[in-house]
Amino acid sequence: MAVNPETAHRTVGAANPPQLRAIRLRRQRIFKAIVLTLTLLFLFIPLASMLLFTVRHPLSGQWSLAPWQAIFTGNGESLGADLTVLWEGLGSSLLLCVVTVVIMLVLMVPTMVIVHIRSRRLERAIEWVATLPLTIPAIVLVVGLGPIYRWLSADVFSTDPVWLCFAYVVLVMPFAFRSIAVGLNSIDVKTLVEASRSLGASWPRVFFRVIIPNLWQSILSASFISIAVVLGEYTVASLLGRMNLQVALYQLGQSNSQVSTAMSLLALMFGVILLVALDLISTAMRTSKEGK
Amino acid sequence: MTLADQKAAVAEASESFIDNELGATVTEAAQAVLEDSTERGGGIRMQHVDKIYPGAASKALDDFNLDIKPGEMVVLLGGSGCGKSTALRALAGLEDIQAGRILVGGQDVTATPVNKRNMAMVSQAYSLFPHMTALQNVEFGLEVRGMKKAERRRIAMEKLELVGLTDQAGKYTQQMSGGQQQRVALARALAISPRVLLLDEPLSALDAKVRVQLRDEIRRIQLETGTTTVFVTHDQEEALAVADRIGVMNHGRIEQIAAPQDLYQRPATEYVATFIGLTNRLPGGSNGSEAVVFGQRVPLLEGSKQGPLVAVLVRPEALTLTPAETNTSNVGEHARVETIHFLGALVRVDTVISSGEWQRWNGGEQLRVTVQLPASELPAGLAIGSDVVVAPRAVPALAV
Ligand SMILES: Nc1ncnc2c1ncn2[C@@H]1O[C@H](COP(=O)(O)OP(=O)(O)O)[C@@H](O)[C@H]1O
Ligand SMILES: [Mg+2]
Repeated sequence: MAVNPETAHRTVGAANPPQLRAIRLRRQRIFKAIVLTLTLLFLFIPLASMLLFTVRHPLSGQWSLAPWQAIFTGNGESLGADLTVLWEGLGSSLLLCVVTVVIMLVLMVPTMVIVHIRSRRLERAIEWVATLPLTIPAIVLVVGLGPIYRWLSADVFSTDPVWLCFAYVVLVMPFAFRSIAVGLNSIDVKTLVEASRSLGASWPRVFFRVIIPNLWQSILSASFISIAVVLGEYTVASLLGRMNLQVALYQLGQSNSQVSTAMSLLALMFGVILLVALDLISTAMRTSKEGK
Repeated sequence: MTLADQKAAVAEASESFIDNELGATVTEAAQAVLEDSTERGGGIRMQHVDKIYPGAASKALDDFNLDIKPGEMVVLLGGSGCGKSTALRALAGLEDIQAGRILVGGQDVTATPVNKRNMAMVSQAYSLFPHMTALQNVEFGLEVRGMKKAERRRIAMEKLELVGLTDQAGKYTQQMSGGQQQRVALARALAISPRVLLLDEPLSALDAKVRVQLRDEIRRIQLETGTTTVFVTHDQEEALAVADRIGVMNHGRIEQIAAPQDLYQRPATEYVATFIGLTNRLPGGSNGSEAVVFGQRVPLLEGSKQGPLVAVLVRPEALTLTPAETNTSNVGEHARVETIHFLGALVRVDTVISSGEWQRWNGGEQLRVTVQLPASELPAGLAIGSDVVVAPRAVPALAV
């Protein structure tokens, strides 16, 4: 009789005296701790270095909070830095966040819901299309977007950076798709739709009163991830010659790299806070429904 | 008898009159009058409905016809894939149909969208809205209809009381058992006072005890509220327990629709006879109205086949069993007892016919005969291996 090696192993493990098992558990725990520490170091050393860089002048070695003061007072003259470009970039990036998220939601949520109900095959096709931007390097994307934007800015809209939103919707699509798909797969959309339809609900009511409330978490996470992507976007804006936060940071970095680094840190922090908030909100929402 | 019942009775009488007496001469106008009378009764009628799913090889509904009287509970019974759910969904408007029409109270609703049909459905899949409490779920249909908050809360509480769940009003889906969820779904469906309540195997996902309990409760509530109901199931016991009439479905159409008793005693086809209850397939000679089975004359049901050697479908309780040594009758066939099942007041005895002749008729398989009799009539000393004589009683049977 063939012995399944896996079960055989398990049987031996179960027969081990408890001390041996305790030792193995402890070893596992130590291993986990080491991996976690290394990962955190890998992530935080660059951040810590950035922080250090903003408060200690690289040439003179002098410690000073001047770059942070400049950002929070909005006055960079003492450092010889012109912060107007920074405000301009920040403004357009924030506006882009809002516009991109709105377009993304209006475009993707209804489409994905309808496709999810109607056709599994089409859903897979859309998944494939939505994932494409992830596999195409931004620089290749720009080669295609260049002529379109030349035409857009000359004949349709203006050179205002807010029109980058169309390109950004494409960029955030893979992430947004994932988040929304997770939500759709976690509820039985078809059954809920049919139940509400047969109870007399019109399509808009089904959508806003039944589907959206159940997708709330996914919509939130899709939005937050999109915001994070838009705030961090540099290549497309830069190559298309539009101003956004990252482009501004780069330009500022040419004249005052300390202020630029401080601002980058802030943007990063903002992203982290968003994601933590997302996590907290979804946990709170879950417990409020499951708890007493 | 309520007014609605009377109207329905009149409608039915006039319909059978026209069908029987005038047959083909019935005019379009008479048909219209007839439909009008069904309308006042508020009945449901599905006529010549065809449904073909995109890419499917055969029709899911094939010339499907169904008439439901107001306040009636019709069960659609059939094996998996025979089109029960499709029929229900077509009636609800959840599936479009390729041919035929659907009338509610005489009005053609074939083109009416789901949300305007005023039919409520409870499906096998748990369908409560997870972001709402039980009470909010029940209120949903009333909210859709623009009812004031206080009023709809009152009605919703009333329906929750009907299903015995007032204490669960504030609970969310995840905090309720499967049975409780289906009760809430039932309350939610009843809250809108639907023209028809559609139940698509609402009990399939529940465990046996809850299933029986809830099934009886559904019937009680249905009778109490007088709601016209279509109940779909593949479980014959469930069907027999709740139905006014059972429609046995096969290959996308109803093979026979009748009261449970009639269906059992007067099956129209072999499929129906074998689907409901146990039945023995015994060899016999038939002249179309009478058959001779094991030397015994058996009256035949309408639609029976004619021929020197046909299969006669005989119920286990329509057979007698006598120990061979005490047998004095010259009818019957010798058999050997295989198993004896005690079912409380009844006993079921499985036997195998001894004669090799019938084994050949049965395609080489041993011909097994199941006899059911009251425990008090079980011959004393009967044991496994006993030699007995089995013979049919003169109870109407179907020859196929
Ligand atoms: N959405 C669908 N697409 C294609 N075929 C379907 C679909 N739903 C049901 N069918 C087919 O139609 C037939 C009837 O299905 P259904 O009404 O669900 O049967 P039942 O409820 O009696 O088990 C089956 O053969 C089934 O495979
Ligand atoms: Mg079904």
